[in-house]
Amino acid sequence: MRVFLTLLGREVKSFFYSPIAYVVIFFFLIASGFNFYSGVSFLNQSPSEVTVVEAAFNTVLFWFPFVLIFPLITMRTYADEFRMGTIETLTTAPVQDWQVVLSKFLGSLLFYVLLWAPSYLYFTAFTQITGKQAALAAGAFGGSYLLLFLIGSFYISLGCLASALTSEQINAAVMTFVAIFGSFVTGLLGFIFNSPSQAVRDLISYFSAVEHMSDFSRGLIDSRPIVWYVSMTILVLFINLQVFQYRKWKA
Amino acid sequence: MIQVEHLTKRYAGFTAIQDLSFEVSKGEIVGFLGPNGAGKSTTMRILSGYMPYTSGRVSIAGFDIFEQSVEARRHIGYLPESTPLYHDMRVHEYLRYRAALKGVDGPKITERVGDVLEMCSLREKERAIIGTLSKGQKQRVGLADALVHDPDLLILDEPTIGLDPNQIRQVRELIKNLAHRRTVLISTHILPEVEIMCSRVIVIHKGKIRASDTAENLLRNHRAAGVVRVELSQPPSDVLSILSALAGVKDVSEEKTESGTRYHLRTDAEANPSEDVLRIAREKNWHLTELSRRKPSLEDVFVDLTHGD
Repeated sequence: MRVFLTLLGREVKSFFYSPIAYVVIFFFLIASGFNFYSGVSFLNQSPSEVTVVEAAFNTVLFWFPFVLIFPLITMRTYADEFRMGTIETLTTAPVQDWQVVLSKFLGSLLFYVLLWAPSYLYFTAFTQITGKQAALAAGAFGGSYLLLFLIGSFYISLGCLASALTSEQINAAVMTFVAIFGSFVTGLLGFIFNSPSQAVRDLISYFSAVEHMSDFSRGLIDSRPIVWYVSMTILVLFINLQVFQYRKWKA
Repeated sequence: MIQVEHLTKRYAGFTAIQDLSFEVSKGEIVGFLGPNGAGKSTTMRILSGYMPYTSGRVSIAGFDIFEQSVEARRHIGYLPESTPLYHDMRVHEYLRYRAALKGVDGPKITERVGDVLEMCSLREKERAIIGTLSKGQKQRVGLADALVHDPDLLILDEPTIGLDPNQIRQVRELIKNLAHRRTVLISTHILPEVEIMCSRVIVIHKGKIRASDTAENLLRNHRAAGVVRVELSQPPSDVLSILSALAGVKDVSEEKTESGTRYHLRTDAEANPSEDVLRIAREKNWHLTELSRRKPSLEDVFVDLTHGD
């Protein structure tokens, strides 16, 4: 456990050794702040039934920066170790492979959570100033954040896997982006095409991040997306572990 | 401490090391020599648990490096060839991290890190960011990392590369001092180092062991164990046959120089025909301009063992 915490500590700290973390935080704050602002002003101009939480988490302005941050967070996790050769000192220390894989994943996830933390202030500030609720119920508020966490876990695990496949950060970033964008767009197919049949529509909605968010931000906390994201994260992490151990396969 | 049995490593299409067997016992300092590409780094990477092997068996301190890898790795302090480090960390930060990772108890970390900073003369640089250090300093950080958990076995892949002569001497002293309680396997191209430092030498070439013995024995058994150099300004015609006939001389080669002719007498390890040469030169009135004896160096042995084929 101590070894694992040591590894995790370094992973989290390593974000802040390089300027990239600050750049990511900076742009993400701008993007999410602007997104919140436009959500509020949208409600100002055309009063409707939706809450500010729904308005903030269901727009293009939300999704666009959202899918872009994952490649930036995860690209260096393994690729940098391979390129610098530090993988050799890391794996010849008395550590288990799963500890390395899990620490890299959790380190990125913690950074991601940190990235979202300030957005909580937006909604509390909104409630304080306007005296109105940000969401209809605690479930809608918590549900949105729960889903952000779940989608984040899945996408971060994809990013870590991509990074473990290459020694170039940029390759990792591109692979991650393609994988996430691919899975994201698949979920949009139901919107793009006039659904061929109800069955296809239902199938797509199983893994449509956009549809999940529209449910969760209204407080409809469905167990199916939770199971989907948790199991996919575990699956991808398992593949990641196998890829990481590939070097140990006896030829 | 190290037991290697019939170790073979094949990459796609070529064999890096073939049927390597050797043992290193506790307290030995073993020099691991071989030309570039001989399989030194591959062997060391396998011994450190970084790389799998194709066949054979490796055990470190009684633990199989593949089956009980983590236990085996606890005993090893490993310095890889290129000294990989996290360039964005500070020296003391990095060493504290590595100490914790290698299982040094929390309260002891500060003490151990202080010790290795001292040992590797990095005290002044402890707050420096690793990326800003010179090559020699980075090398010493790598060495400090290998030592930080006080391992029984040190595997050092070219630890003196990139160091200046003073630092090389420091590292040599350091390793010699460590050796009382520890086992060291060290690869280097600086052969005089090996002669001074190592209790035994293993020479590998093309993935096979060519020799494994003490430096002294290697030198003694070397076929051109000694060379006596004789230079005459006006050599008489029969000089070659006279020199060849001296006791202990194996063969004589001739070389024209500006001031006359130089003869190289290759001799047995113990033989020294210098006195005979001097006596004959007096008797026959040779104009002797140079007479010197050179002991063979490990370099001669190395070149001989790894030359050609």
